[in-house]
Order: sequence, then structure tokens, then C-alpha cells
Amino acid sequence: MKDLSHESHPLLDVVDLEKRFELDRGFLETIKFRGGRVVREKREVHAVNNVSLSVAQGEALCVVGESGCGKSTVAQLVAGLIAPSGGQIHYGGQRIDNLSRHAMMPLRKKMQMIFQNPYASLNPRMTIKQALEEPVKYHNPSLSRSEVHDKVAEVMRSVGIDPSWSARYPHEFSGGQRQRIAIARALTVDPEFIIADEPISALDVSIQAQVLNLMLEAKEDRGLTYLFITHDLSVVEHFGTRVAVLYLGTVCELADTRTLFDAPKHPYTKALLSAVPQLKDDSPNHIRLKGEIPTPINLPQGCPFESRCAFANGRCAQERPAPIMQPDGSQVACHAVEEGRLDA
Amino acid sequence: MSSLDAPQTTPSRWSRLWESNIGYSFRRNPVAVVSLLVFLVIAIAAILSPLIAPFDPYDPAQIDIMNSEYPPIWVSGSDPQFIFGTDDQGRDLWSTILYGTRLSLMIGLCAVLLQAFLGISIGLIAGYIGGRLDSLLMRLADIQLSFSTLMVAIIFLAVTQAMFGSETFNRYAVYFLIAVIGVAEWPQYARTVRATVLAEKKKEYVHSARVLGFGPMRIMVRHILPNSLSPIFVISTVQVANAIISEASLSFLGLGMPPSQPSLGSLISSGFDYIFSGSWWITAIPGIVLVVLVLVINLLGDWMRDVLNPKLYKG
Amino acid sequence: MSLLSVRDLTVKFAMRDETVTALNRISFSLERGERLGVVGESGAGKSITGFALMNLLSRPGYIAGGQIRFGDQDIVALPEPQMRAIRGNRMAMIFQDPMVTLNPVLTIGQQMVETLQAHRKLSASEARHIAVLKLREVYIPSPEERLDQYPHELSGGMRQRIVIAIALLLDPELIIADEPTTALDVTIQADIMELLLELCQSNNVGLILITHDLGVVSQMTERTLVMYAGRIIETGRTREIINDPQHPYTQGLINALPQQTPPGERLKQIPGNMPALTSQPPGCAFSPRCAFVMDQCRKVRAEMIYYGQTGVACHEVARQNAEPARELSE
Repeated sequence: MKDLSHESHPLLDVVDLEKRFELDRGFLETIKFRGGRVVREKREVHAVNNVSLSVAQGEALCVVGESGCGKSTVAQLVAGLIAPSGGQIHYGGQRIDNLSRHAMMPLRKKMQMIFQNPYASLNPRMTIKQALEEPVKYHNPSLSRSEVHDKVAEVMRSVGIDPSWSARYPHEFSGGQRQRIAIARALTVDPEFIIADEPISALDVSIQAQVLNLMLEAKEDRGLTYLFITHDLSVVEHFGTRVAVLYLGTVCELADTRTLFDAPKHPYTKALLSAVPQLKDDSPNHIRLKGEIPTPINLPQGCPFESRCAFANGRCAQERPAPIMQPDGSQVACHAVEEGRLDA
Repeated sequence: MSSLDAPQTTPSRWSRLWESNIGYSFRRNPVAVVSLLVFLVIAIAAILSPLIAPFDPYDPAQIDIMNSEYPPIWVSGSDPQFIFGTDDQGRDLWSTILYGTRLSLMIGLCAVLLQAFLGISIGLIAGYIGGRLDSLLMRLADIQLSFSTLMVAIIFLAVTQAMFGSETFNRYAVYFLIAVIGVAEWPQYARTVRATVLAEKKKEYVHSARVLGFGPMRIMVRHILPNSLSPIFVISTVQVANAIISEASLSFLGLGMPPSQPSLGSLISSGFDYIFSGSWWITAIPGIVLVVLVLVINLLGDWMRDVLNPKLYKG
Repeated sequence: MSLLSVRDLTVKFAMRDETVTALNRISFSLERGERLGVVGESGAGKSITGFALMNLLSRPGYIAGGQIRFGDQDIVALPEPQMRAIRGNRMAMIFQDPMVTLNPVLTIGQQMVETLQAHRKLSASEARHIAVLKLREVYIPSPEERLDQYPHELSGGMRQRIVIAIALLLDPELIIADEPTTALDVTIQADIMELLLELCQSNNVGLILITHDLGVVSQMTERTLVMYAGRIIETGRTREIINDPQHPYTQGLINALPQQTPPGERLKQIPGNMPALTSQPPGCAFSPRCAFVMDQCRKVRAEMIYYGQTGVACHEVARQNAEPARELSE
């Protein structure tokens, strides 16, 4: 299931990643009364199921999906904030999902994360100066005070924040400025890989453009590689080099951005693309999906999208589709695509 | 750089506090202003008692048993050198109250510091690390809370008194009181801190600190703790009031400060024997001081809870 | 006669040390069955407009001046009991988060019956019957069962459908929808928008759609107001505003969208932030961020001038259209 579409050695390689969250914690909660007898039962949320991705140096892989599809969980797993229930994560050829905090330390400088909510991602009790100097000092204890100061000032300037504001607290800044500061904080340790979890979705339209531009600039100037989590397809089209579409914790389609937007193949991808409100076209004719996203507790045995798919048949209900490489290089996990039922 | 900043930030921090929501709500709340003023007057008088008090109740040379039970000066038969009269041992009640208040405040504050230290450490660890350790620590807290503070204190102090004999006990009574009140009430802090830590732990700035590779100690102390201070301030005021009352109760029961080193509680207690013989002031005046002190602290606590409750100004 | 006509509506907030003007003399009107979009960034005053129209502003906010004529009544002057008879009855509001509108401890049925009985003299069974009809209208499967469920038992999209059903219960003449789909997923958002459009058209209900999403406005509305820092800066037919925006801010807003720039290139961003209401520059509020700024812009605020159907408050646009222009405002 390894992604072979890229010849170059991938920077990040995620293999069969799985994450389950226990719903019933502790012994007492697992005891249920079912059909006249007491049984022990553990319910689990299958947040991420057999996700395999790889990100090559200099790429921006976008992970899109709707709320609850597990895209943020993927980000947190890759960032090492939570431990996977199965599968492996490799970074630069080294397996990282089982490393201790100390063994991770050198990698922490290389891999940084930007969060969704700029109102929560900065410590409200720290001035900007403290917030930005802390990671520099922590990771480079040998630097002198003036070197730390210069480093922070340089990063602040590069994200468009005046270094003379450094004595202020986060609440004195607007959302867009806070997100710049959060990006600056991630950049202080000179990372090469950035995990961005919905970095612009909490911002206003005109500010979104500013922050997106800043991230593009950082990509060019610093040669950054991104894993970009978002629900906004127009951002994906603009920012991503490749896209992974997630539904109920499984990858439905993984393709180059152009290929995906020009020729979406998976029925879910098609529905998702058609649902985006278009600016210039006032005839809404989106593909309607049946019902709503099922809960990720007790996943269906077959294709996760089966309950809402117009092309589903018996096989879809029974057997989970595996990603299959298409002639144009995209990978699609769908029986209907495999059997050519969609075009008929 | 920071040495250059320091003289600028220190005054601005006060003016910033004054201009902030807290400062504004304080200025607009007469109850809080009066309470703080009364508290400061009591506290300063207590701290400066060796300078203010006309007599030293610890100095046997200044005590004359012949002066005992003079009434306050507004009652007939008083002696003008004793404003609030004298107690059964002939000590000037005004001086004794000043020294006693100092002792009561000191015990209250130290006991709360001990509680806060234990409770905050345990709460931080339980909340941040979670899992089995959390369950264990919180069950311990539940067990501790299911005994009333006074009961634990009475048993502990009675046993200690019996073990060491009352002379040794009396000499170290202050420390025993601080220890027992401090240990008995840590779960209040631990539970509050744990609850805020659980809420803060989910915020993105904590994730961000973890992605930056910071260790758990640093995240707990530098990042989570400063953001959990509001509820800590609120319970601290209530806990100081509670600790002062606990101390007074224990002293009243004869398990606290001995009559030779009177706190407010032991003063009330020693006057209690004479209340029916007409010397009401020995109990009543320290009683009023105690009530006023606890009341203003609680009023300050109420105000602080209203101001620091994020639901009230964010909603 | 217009269904709703707002003239010089001004809303102020009495803050600690000063009074902040959150809405500054906004004027617009809405015909029966017309759909109007209100676009702007957070803090532009678009949600406050919605609340002011419902006369729902609460301390420290208050209506400091102007008129809101709904039918033949001036809402601003209306005492609260009469306002309550209009609110929910002839005018309904849909909020961003359905959980705010739905009471979590009452079943869907209880809430719908309660709303109906507050305004109409109906027996419980009659009210229930109407509730079922309305739920069917918003395509809720097996509505009878839903009536006995609690809000938390339903999905987000289903809840928002129920909120719409409640808004429609009393056949209002106007629905004010404040970011009705922002909390929902794209596929659900498309469904809800389609539903709202269909219902407004078939029942001839006026709609004021408050949103930050230009795509949604473009698909849903006939006319649009663009707001910036508490004022209307551009108004006109939605199609014209999207295809040929006049005000530099509207242009900037549309050009900043990722789909307006080829992939990988820098987006055409608007520099800076919207000024806080407490620190408005003199003159045009957009002048510090505007690429076409002139001396005049920094000193004098531009009045709204109409060029055909489109009204724009901008000195630069006025200069370009130097031919005699009709001045409507004032």
C-alpha cells in the first residue's frame, strides 16, 4: 500500500496508520446490559483507519475532508501529540512513532506545527518576546542573549510583525497577527517540515490571503515541506501539490492537485467538489448525498462511504476497497471506479 | 536588554492592573473597596503591633494581675490606660488583640501557603499526567475530604498534645496548627487546579509547547500554571478565611494556641469563662475582630470570584 | 411598499470609558420575497445589523438613531410586548450554531408546540400537526419520531433543518439568517442553502443572509450589502457586485479568494487589518489599506453615491464617474 508515485525519497512516510479512541474508559463503563444479560463491551471510535501517505521534500500535501473525518487526528499523530494504535510513521527514513520524548528532541526542531485557533495557540500569559524566545533558548542553549534576540527579531520581521511589539501580550493582537506570531514561533527553530492544522479557517477572508501568502513565502524562502489539513477546497487547489481526500478516517482518493480537480474519480470527491459554492456560477447543481456522515463508532465492514453512495452495490457493503493506482497517477479506493461502474 | 526594560515595566504593570477589567470592576465596587481597606487596616495594625500596642502581652513584667478585668473605657469603672479593658490575667486587651490578630493571620496565611503548595503540585500532576496516577490522587483527595477538617485536626492535635506533653506542645503549637490546617485542606486546591489543568491541557498552546519538545515540568509550571491562577486566587481568599476560623476554633477548644501566646481564638476562649461574671468584653471584642476579619476576606473573595469568572465577561 | 426599510440606523455600544459606534447610519430596504446578502468580515457590524433588526440588542448596545420600518410599523419605537408579537411571528432568525437556538432540555416537539402556542391559539394536537407538516417541508425523514427527540440526538445538519422549520412555523414574512451554515460541512451546507432558497422562493419570504462567504451570497441572494467597519460601503445587485465590484474593498475581498489566482502564486491580499471600532481613522475607514487612497480619503468620509443600481461610498469611484451623478443619500 506504499505510495510509489514519487521516485524521490519521501520526507514523511505514513504506513497503515490507525487510531482508535476508547469511548468506555475504566472497568465500570465497559459493563453493559444487553438483552437480559450483563456483558462487557468496549466501544471505540475509529478515527483513522489504514491511512498511508507520503510527503516528498518540498511538497505541500493537503488532507481534506469534513468534520469528523479524522484529518486533525492524522495531523496530531504525525506531530506525535497522540500515539497511534497501529501502523508506522517514518520521518527522513527513521521510524518516529515509537520514540521517547528525548529521542524525539532533534526531530522536534525539524518538524513543527501550526494550529487552527490563533486565540488558543499562544499562551495568554506570555509576552510575544517570551513566547518566541522560549523555543530558541530551549533548543539552542549555547546561544548568547543577543544571538537569541537577533534570531527572534529576524523571524518576526520575516512574518511581518514589527519586533518593537515584542513586549505585548497576545490579546493585544488581531487574529491574523496572532496567526503570524504562531507561525513565527514555529519558524524560530528552523524547521523543514510544517504540519498545519486548518491554519486559516478561523480567520477573515482578507486575512486568510495574507496568512496563506506568508506560508507560501516561507515555503519558497526556507524550502519548507507542508502537511496541510483543511476543509476548504479552494485553498487546497491553490496551495497543495497533492491532495488526500479523507472520509471516516480512510483515504478515498489521493492525487496530484490538478488531476484531482480536473478529473475527480471517487464519488465522494465528486460530491465534495460540486458542493463548494461557486462565485460566478449561480446555478447550484451539486451532487446530493443520501443521509449524513455516520458515526465512526463500529465502522461498517465494507466501504465507509457505502451508506451515502449512489453507486453502491453488494460488494461495497461487504468488502472494503483498497486504493488502486489509476492511469493518471491518482489512487482511488472505490469498487465502482475499479469496475468501471461510474461511467456506465 | 531586560535590565533596561525592568524600570519601565514595573510601574506600567501597576497602571495596567489599575486600567484593566479587574481594576475597573474594583473601583466600581464599593463593597470590595471598603473590604480591602478594612483588611489592610487590620493587617497593617497586626503587622505593626509591636510598634502600636501600648503594652507587650508577652512580657510578664508589664502584666499585673491586679489590673485584671478592667472594663473598656466607655463602661464605668474603667482604667483610662486600657482602651478596651483588660483580660483575666491583667493584660491590656487592645495590645493582646493586636498581637493575637497577627498570630491568627500568620497561621492562616502559612497554612494556606502549605495547602496551596501541596494542592497545586498534586493537582497539576494529577491533571497533566492523568490515567491511574490521577485516579489514585483524586481518590486520596476524596478520602481526605470525607473527614471534616476539624475532626482531623482535633484528633491529630489531641494525640500530639498527649504525646509531647502540654509544655512542648505549647512551645511548637504554631507549627502544629499550620501543619494540620495545611495538610487537612489540600484537596480543595488539588481539585480546583486539576479541573483547570484538564481544561487548559486541551488548548492549542499546550499542544504547541509539546510539539516544540518541551518537557512536562516546563509545560506544567511555565505554561499551564500561570493560566490556572484565577481560580487559585479565588479559593485562596476563602481558604485564608477558613484557616483563620479553623485556628480560632481549635484554640477555642484548647487544642491551639496556649493562653500565654494568645491568638484571637484562645483570647475568645479565655474570656468565655468570665462571660457570665459580667466581663463580656474579653470574649466579645476579639470576637468582633475575628468576625470582621473573616467577613472582609470573604467579601473580597466573592468580588474576586465575580471578576475572574470568565463566564461573566466572555458570555 | 417595501417589506423592510431601514434608514440611518445607528447602533452604539456604551463601553467603559467611551461610546463606540458599531453601526453608522446604514440604510437599505427589502421587498417582499427578496433575498439580500450582508457581507463583511468579523467586526464589520453585520451580525449587529441582524440583532438590531430583531430589536434584540442588549446592554451595552443600543439603537442610537434611525428608523426600521417593518410593514407599517417602526420597530425602533415599538414597546417590547408588541415587538414580541412580531419577533418569531412575522420575523424569524436563524443563528450560526443550532444548539444556541434549540433548548437542550426540551424535545423538538415541545419547542415547536411552545413556539406555536405563544403566538397562535392552538390546541396541543393542532400545534403538533403543524409541527409535523413543517418538519416534512424541510425534508426531515419520519418527522413524528423526531418530535420526541432531544436536540443532542440529532446531527448538525438535522438540527439546522429543525431550526429552519421552527423559523418557518408561523409563516414569517422575513427570515434573518446569521451565518446559518458556517458551522456545517460543505456537503451539508449545500443542502441547507438549497433548502433555504427553495423555501423562501415558494413561500415568498424575504431573506437577509448574513455571511462572510462570497460564494454563498453569490448563489443565494439577489442583492448584496458590503459592510466595512460599521458602514455600508457598497450595495447593488449581487451579480454585478461579484462580477464588477466597484469599491476597492469589495474588489480586494473578491480578488483575495484563492480561486482568483493561479495555483501556487501569491494571492492578491489586502494589507493590514480592519480598524477596531474604537480607533477609526478620520475619513474613509478603508483608507489605511486602500491602494487607491487619495488625500481626500484620509480627511473626508465618502458618501454613498448611486450609479444605476449600484451604490458605492468611495471618492475614487466618484472621481472616475465624474459625469453628473445622482446623489441619493441625505
